[in-house]
Amino acid sequence: MNHSRSRRNPTREPDFPTAKPPSPGGSSGGGAGAAMRLIVPLQGVVQGRGGLILGSVIPAALYYFFQLYLKRCRSAKPNSNPPSPSSSSAQLAELSRSSSRSNLSSRGSVGPVRVSARANSIAKPNASPYYIGLERASEDPYDRFDNPDGIMQLGLSENRLSLDLIETWILENLERSMIGGADGNLNISGIATYQPLDGMMEMKIAVAGFMSQVMGTTVSFDPSRLVLTSGATPAIETLCFCLADQGNAFLVPTPYYPGFDRDMKWRTGVELIPVHCRSSDNFALSVTALDQAFNQARKRGQRVRGILISNPSNPIGNMLNKETLYSLLDFAREKNIHIISDEIFAGSTYGSEEFVSMAEILESEDFDKDRVHIIYGLSKDLSLPGFRVGVIYSFNTSVLAAAKS
Amino acid sequence: MTRSRPSESDEDSGPTTTGGGGGRGRTEMRVIVPLQGVVQGRGGLVLGSVIPCALFYLLQLYFKRHRSEPTPPPQKLTEVSELNRSLSRTHLPARGSSAPACVSTRANSIVKSSDSPFYVGLKRVSEDPYDELSNPEGVIQLGLAENKLSLDLARDWLAENAKDWILSGGGSSGPLSMGGIANYQASDGLVELKVAVAGFMSQVMERSISFNPSQIVLTAGAAPAIEILSFCLADTGNAFLVPTPYYPSFDRDLKWRTGVEIIPVPCRSADNFNLSISALDLAFDQGKKRGLKVRGIVISNPSNPVGNLLNRETIYSLVDFAREKNIHIISNEMFAGSTHGSEEFVSMAEIIDSEDLDRDRVHIVYGLSKDLCLPRFKVGVIYSSNENVLAAAKKLSRFSSISAPTQCLVISMLSDIRFIQKFIQTNRERLQRMYTKFVAGLKQLGIECMRSSGGFYCWADMRGLIRSYSEKGELELWNKLLNIAKINVTPGSSCHCIEPGWFRCCFTTLTEKDIPVVMERIRKVSETCISPR
Repeated sequence: MNHSRSRRNPTREPDFPTAKPPSPGGSSGGGAGAAMRLIVPLQGVVQGRGGLILGSVIPAALYYFFQLYLKRCRSAKPNSNPPSPSSSSAQLAELSRSSSRSNLSSRGSVGPVRVSARANSIAKPNASPYYIGLERASEDPYDRFDNPDGIMQLGLSENRLSLDLIETWILENLERSMIGGADGNLNISGIATYQPLDGMMEMKIAVAGFMSQVMGTTVSFDPSRLVLTSGATPAIETLCFCLADQGNAFLVPTPYYPGFDRDMKWRTGVELIPVHCRSSDNFALSVTALDQAFNQARKRGQRVRGILISNPSNPIGNMLNKETLYSLLDFAREKNIHIISDEIFAGSTYGSEEFVSMAEILESEDFDKDRVHIIYGLSKDLSLPGFRVGVIYSFNTSVLAAAKS
Repeated sequence: MTRSRPSESDEDSGPTTTGGGGGRGRTEMRVIVPLQGVVQGRGGLVLGSVIPCALFYLLQLYFKRHRSEPTPPPQKLTEVSELNRSLSRTHLPARGSSAPACVSTRANSIVKSSDSPFYVGLKRVSEDPYDELSNPEGVIQLGLAENKLSLDLARDWLAENAKDWILSGGGSSGPLSMGGIANYQASDGLVELKVAVAGFMSQVMERSISFNPSQIVLTAGAAPAIEILSFCLADTGNAFLVPTPYYPSFDRDLKWRTGVEIIPVPCRSADNFNLSISALDLAFDQGKKRGLKVRGIVISNPSNPVGNLLNRETIYSLVDFAREKNIHIISNEMFAGSTHGSEEFVSMAEIIDSEDLDRDRVHIVYGLSKDLCLPRFKVGVIYSSNENVLAAAKKLSRFSSISAPTQCLVISMLSDIRFIQKFIQTNRERLQRMYTKFVAGLKQLGIECMRSSGGFYCWADMRGLIRSYSEKGELELWNKLLNIAKINVTPGSSCHCIEPGWFRCCFTTLTEKDIPVVMERIRKVSETCISPR
């Protein structure tokens, strides 16, 4: 057994020769002769002084190679290797193309070029009823005169009730606003050249004023804390990129807007953890449920970075009262996470309850402002989804800086 | 039997332990001997494998934890003032201090990353812009590829026609009326706009290629177009080969949110900064060695910042290379309509059009920011024939949709064929004129420019003016130009050029009267730093 070890321990005597079968003493027990021959040298290695070294090097090496293999397997697509004509075809380029190309096509088929795995998963047609329904309704829309048998769209939250008011305003005022009056600042030629990426200052001021009006005039919004985006969809996605890394998670009370699954997860790699609300509570959010979900996530090894709430909530339509907002804030502070408050329907309240925005709560607090971020947009309250105006409102300067970029 | 061996070897093999004890003292022996017992025992292999594996695993876990959780510093709570919150709040200070909420690591890296001279220069100009009358000491902008030469044409058209468009649009109830466009639309753009853009692209690229509108995805600007393609063609950790020098914002658009790497493929002045297949091959192999899977090549044609056009030969050999390695090609053809030389512009669309085998590999990025002088209208185009890419890109376009009124306005502008033709022609003439003047001006100062046939800029060789032939020397010169001469040019290092001393100067933000001013300022600086060469 000391074939390679003999130089190390000259005093040792080979008690039993290596290749001779009948020497039990290892784990071999009683095996066949041939097996013994195999096992005995192995046994020699195993029991030798080199046991620990080999015993650590070999498994570590195997483990490492195993990881490498898994990594390669995961990242390498099963490409069929194209026959490689390599540089010879480049030299042929000087001749007329047709001859070289016909050679290639006869040489054998090349594997189709692959798109990324995430493109594949995104491109798959969505089987959720939400999307199927939207598609069907858009293919066969109901019209009282033209198509009375069509599908009536009750699945898209688009507000056409007041669209006529908007139309009238636009007819009267668009010319002035786009062409510009005496001051050429806002006229269309002035805006054709490069402007700040997160929105013109005038727009931010206007939107901040609108948000104050809509949310009950008790809160004032600071235009310098706004980042404008093309719609609320990128606003939520950008916030996700800013607040969470890949593999992190957000707690989202259910039921929630189906689009969140797409907006928050597709490109960001972030997970959504549902926090269930029950009809017995009127689907109101309870902090205990949040706590439970948080702990479960922690057990699973998922790091929760924030809570996403909708206020008024979509699809229920509940509004969160001050108490709940305060306790949410406490919860977030305790767990050191963020709160994203999607207040896109803030101006579309119609009951007797008063709408309380997160911004209002924050006005009375001196700290914790860095934790709360508000999403807004003009798609719902101003019936202008086609205009693509979305807002991120945040007190956190890092988030603002990253979102702006 | 096996147990006895350790004991028998204990006495004799003291000096030759595997632990490498060598000649040690008695006390060490006591430690080593039991260890040796373990080592040589039957359990040697088992323990020897379990222990290192466990250690290795724990080490990995430790690194993983360590990297993802920056420990936030504790923050002291301020006083509680609200009465109605006092009950729950008073418990909190007792519980312990709360930490500030952390943003994600990617947000942190984005926030820290805007130090490149390219962006610093842009910022300086926006703070102190040159104006002939009101601010003659301001910083002249030569670092932004924006075309103001033909802006007046666009402006006049808008002044005349926007009125009609608005008036006619408001009354009707068709799809282009204000009522029609205010609602939710397809996220990848109105069909009418796709048709109009396809027509415009045919006109601009002056070839007999027709662009198929159903293969277009519209985005809010070319930056999201590039980013979406990056998401569609590569997974996190994959890489793109990009010939240098390249447009500085590729570092953002291709990498920030996608997790994709860029492998630069150096081009040299000796080759006129043309792309060589051997350099591509070399870079590809290097990428493979580093374990990066290359998913595609990103080329710009006309190139930014050099201004070269790719000839047909190069395009074909690129396609061959891509086929051989089974990768994609993204062709950024933003300046296709801004060619001003005598060279012929060949678009990748020819490949998409004609060659059936490789159509799925080639994707074009385009936009109206350069050729139509409308950067802030934010109209970008992805053109591809790959069904998978189109399907994914359509869905991803929801994150960067063009605003509906903008779409309508652009539709009517592009539909005015006569205007567009006149515009393209006039624009080219003006570009040509400006380019010639500017390059001549620089030549008088002894600064040669690389011959270029497209784009809004010239690639100037200022190697004679830098003190030391290195990036540091180049940045010194850039600083001097920015702070003393007050002109903002883009240094080659921001574009990842491997040869120091090259600068990109955009001339399209100037009027002809400004050229002498610029030359004068450059001369002042160049006189102070002519190095003997």
